This record gives sequence, structure tokens and C-alpha cells, in this order.
Amino acid sequence: MAGLQLDALTKRFDDTLAVDAIDLDIADQEFLVLLGPSGCGKSTVLRLIAGLEYPSSGTVSIGGRIVNDVDPAKRDVAMVFQSYALYPHKTVAQNIDVPLRSQKLPKETRSEMIAEAARALDIADLLGRKPAQLSGGQRQRVALARAIVRRPAVFLMDEPLSNLDAALRVQTRAELVDLHDRLDTTFVYVTHDQVEAMTMADRVAVIQEGKLQQVGPPSEVYDEPANTMVARFIGTPPMNLITGSPTKAPEVAPTDGREVVVGFRPEHVAITPDGWLRGKVLLVESLGHERLVHCEVPGGERVTIRVDPDDAIPHDGEPIGLAPTPGRIHWFDPSTGRRLP
Amino acid sequence: MARNAGRPSSLESVSPRGERRPKPKRSVGRYTLLSLTAVTLLLPVWVTVSGAIQPYSEVLDYPASLIPWPLTTEPIREAWRIANLDRYLINSAVVTVLIMIGQVVTSVLAAYAFTFLKFPYRRALFALFIGTLMVPTEVTIVANFQTIRSLGWLDSYPGLVAPFLAAAFGTFLLRQAFMSLPREMEEAARMDGMGHLRFMWEVVVPLARPAIGAVSVFSFLTAWNQYLWPLIVTTDPDMRTVQIGLRSLASANLDELNLVMAGTMIAALPIIVILLLFQKQLVRGLTAGAVKG
Repeated sequence: MAGLQLDALTKRFDDTLAVDAIDLDIADQEFLVLLGPSGCGKSTVLRLIAGLEYPSSGTVSIGGRIVNDVDPAKRDVAMVFQSYALYPHKTVAQNIDVPLRSQKLPKETRSEMIAEAARALDIADLLGRKPAQLSGGQRQRVALARAIVRRPAVFLMDEPLSNLDAALRVQTRAELVDLHDRLDTTFVYVTHDQVEAMTMADRVAVIQEGKLQQVGPPSEVYDEPANTMVARFIGTPPMNLITGSPTKAPEVAPTDGREVVVGFRPEHVAITPDGWLRGKVLLVESLGHERLVHCEVPGGERVTIRVDPDDAIPHDGEPIGLAPTPGRIHWFDPSTGRRLP
Repeated sequence: MARNAGRPSSLESVSPRGERRPKPKRSVGRYTLLSLTAVTLLLPVWVTVSGAIQPYSEVLDYPASLIPWPLTTEPIREAWRIANLDRYLINSAVVTVLIMIGQVVTSVLAAYAFTFLKFPYRRALFALFIGTLMVPTEVTIVANFQTIRSLGWLDSYPGLVAPFLAAAFGTFLLRQAFMSLPREMEEAARMDGMGHLRFMWEVVVPLARPAIGAVSVFSFLTAWNQYLWPLIVTTDPDMRTVQIGLRSLASANLDELNLVMAGTMIAALPIIVILLLFQKQLVRGLTAGAVKG
């Protein structure tokens, strides 16, 4: 068990800056999710923590000890890979045994630890099989068992659910949260899937373009995005962002009439004839439990509104008025993209 | 649907495994060609085998008969005795096995280094290594001979074996196979605390077995068939290999063709056995890494 600190952690690959001076404190036993789009540098951060990459500058500390020069196996971290990376010619038991043999533990102890890990992940009856004889979900459990068996201080997971089908993903998500509760260990989990981040994390760290954009509990990241990047990335469909100088808005923009970016979530806007924002309906999508009305507002920007299926639905081409919910409107600086107080 | 209604035959030519079976007319042509090739390749082998189990008088019969009769083991026993084949076969076996082991070990180690270790000028060094494939044996033979002679290894197993203990071809083949292993597996091994030797021995070698099998068979075949090098570094008849024994048998018994055929058959037998046993492995290994997945 240990906390984790990243200090100005930077990784450069030739001319590309993959990770740009990230500072992050991860508390002991925390479930932290690194969230970001593909290629944003989140996996590189995880690999830097694991020791699979060497930082260009900055430090990684685990349990208060700087581990930049420590071998991956000696950092007291375990990693679950996206492809699981099981050894295909070894049985499940032998796969789980690999990290234990590295620790040169006696055979009886190893057998007990393997049995315990197998029980924890419900794979005790699969110990004699080879990875090729297992389903995707079972392989994932074996990869997890191989990680938990040596009781590391920190667990690193690189998109471990991305190879599972939708139903299994939902189930495994809950099981991982349960595993975290049982193990009392720090989890650092990488994903591009915001649903995974919102449902599992104690805190979410949003990374884009190699930079840490925001860290906070899922609700905070959703309700108070630190900048337009986070606002655009979190939420499906994402937050509506319109640039302009609103004069009719019920809430006064904090910019003395200068141009500003106004943001509001699709569920925080009502269609009403006296709405201060005028728009024209482009398309109505029905998702069963809700409908999404896409419209165009003056200036050519697109806005999406989430509508209850029982409510009146406007027709394509119809001009409508939109009224974002007061108190749910976000203001951002158009030049920096930062949230305005 | 309507467009396909008149063409049910296209369905019939697809086998249950989804492979398209050649149309009958085409397959007649294909099988004729294959049969002709097989006959062309196998006829000399058959003539050799049948010559080796017939009395001398029958071998020279004209027109020659394809069916050997009467059968006798006399030429084989005679060839074995005259050509001292037992000694030569033992020499060949020792030399071949040593070369094979040496090449497999050095190829695995070199291919591992070129695939998994990071060191300066790795690509350039690999290119240089592979470049040696273009240098014919004849070019290095004088230098090799001088080295072996200065070491005092003429007429000895070390002299026969040493120049062939490392092979660029095997290294190349195994590097391709090693490169097809997922990168994440190497990283998982590092996280699991495996060192390079353990990762190589426990993971890489078992997973690259087909390619290693191919390298073994290939080096066995080349080593067994060596002629020029053993001829140069040995003068003692007790140290010569079977290919040289065969050549002296042929030149000493030009008139007794069936003895030469019997000797050839004996010398070729180990290779045929090895090829039959490992042909699947050989083909699979040589194409391994060519297609990903």
C-alpha cells in the first residue's frame, strides 16, 4: 500500500512531447482514472509509473521514494495490459506463478498464493487450462490474478476492459470496483471511456495533448469542467459551447460585454418560445429513452438538446427558442479556454 | 438474388472449409504438371535406390528395367566395407550435430539481442551481420584455413566445426520470428521480474519453436552436405566425412556403378529421414513472421 506522486513528469519521443510536466498526487488506496482521447499521453503516464518508459525529466515517487531509476519489477507495482499479455504456452496456474517465482518464494507458499488469487477472481477451476482455451473475460481475470497475486502497492491498468463485449464490460466494471474495495490498494486506471471513468473513479484526471487538464471527483469534472477541452470531452453528447457576446442571457457573463464562450449541457436547456437563444432544428434523433434535438444557432454553431420522449418534439427546419437552465451555464475565456469564475 | 439464380455451380465449388476448389478441367492440368515434376525429381532417386539393391550385372542391362530384380544387399554391404562408411558416418554425425547445436544457440542469442536489447548502432550492426550472407564461403575459406591451421586444429573435430558455429541466416530467421511476439508480452515479463535470460528461455524460445526447428533442420542439412571445407582441413582418412568418403568411393570404383549408388543412398538416408520428420516444421518456420497473426 502506497501513495504515488508525479512531479513535473515529462516524456519526449524525438520531437513529440507525449507527457508535458504533469504534477499529480495519488493518495494511498485511491482509485484514480487517467482519462483522455487516444494518443493524449495517458498510457505513457502509466508506463512511466510502471518503469517501462524512462522520464525525460521530472520524477515518479511511490510510497515517498523516487523510483525513476528502479527496475519495473522492483517498484512494487503490477500492471494489467490491454491485450492481457498472458504467456500462451503456460497454463493459468503457471501464468500466475511467474511473478511469484521471480520473488523466489517456496513452492508451498506459491501454491497457496495462486489458489487464493484464483479464488478471489473465481478462476479456480481454470488453473490447468491454457489461455487459448479461455474466453476474453476469463483471460482478463487471469491477467488480474497475475497482477494481484504478489500483493503490489499499486495496480496499473491500461484499458483492461476494451477487449470485452458491452455486457461483460458493465459486469467487470462493477467487479473491479469491488476488487478495489477488497484489496485496499491504490489503483491507477487508464481509459478513453468516460463511462468507465465516471462509474469507477474516486478521482478522474483528464489528460489531453500530454497535459493534465483537470483532476477531481467525477461529479466535479462533469459539473465544473476546468476548460473547454474537458467540457467537450466529458459527457455524451458533450457540452454545447457557443462563442459570442450574450446580451440577452439571464445570467450576466463575467466579462463586461467582451466575447465569451458560453457552455451548457444538453440536459440543461429547455425548448421554449421565449428562450433567449434562437435556433433552427436540423435533426431529431430518437434513442428510445430520450431524444436528441440538433439545431443551429446564429453564427452557424451547433447545439444539442436532450428531450424527454414524452415532451413535444419540434420538426426538422422549425425555428425554436432555447433557454439554458439558470445556474447551469458555464463561462469560458475564448482565448485560453479556461473556466471563468 | 435474381442475378445469381442461374448460377448454382458457384456454390458447389466452395468446399465446407470455404476454400475454392479448382474447376475439374483446371485440376487435370495442375495434377499432370505436378505428376511430371514429381517423376522428374524422383526418377534419379529411384534409379539410385534400385541400383543399390541389384547385382552389378543387372544395373548395366539395356533397356534398363525400372523394377529392381533380383534383390540383393550385397552392394550396400560392399560399399560400406570398401568406403569405410561407418567411420565417415560417425564423423559426419558428430560434426553435423555440433554445428547444428552451435548455430541454434548462437542464432537464438544473437537474434534475441537484435530484437530485445537496446544498444547503439543496433540496426547498422544487424545490417552488417546480414550482409555476411552475401559473402560466398569460398571467399573466406583461405582465411579460415589459416586460422584453423594456426590453432593446430587441422584433422580434428574443432577444425571441422568451428567456422560454422554462427550463422547469419539463422539469426535473421529467428529475429523475424522473435519480432512477431507481442511487445506487451516482453513488458509483462519485465513487470513480472523476469531477467533477459529467463524471458528468453521461458517465453521466447518456447513460442518460437517452429522457427528454431526450421533453423535446426536447415543447419543440419547444410552441415551434412558439406564437402569443400572437410576436404581442405582433413588429410587423415579417420577424420573425413561421409561426402568425402563418397567421392573417393566413386573415383575408386567408377566401373562398379551400383556400389556408388549404394554409398550415395546410405549418405542421403539421414537427410531424408530428417526431412520427412520435420518437413511441416521446416515449411512453417521458413514462412513464420512473413504474415502477422
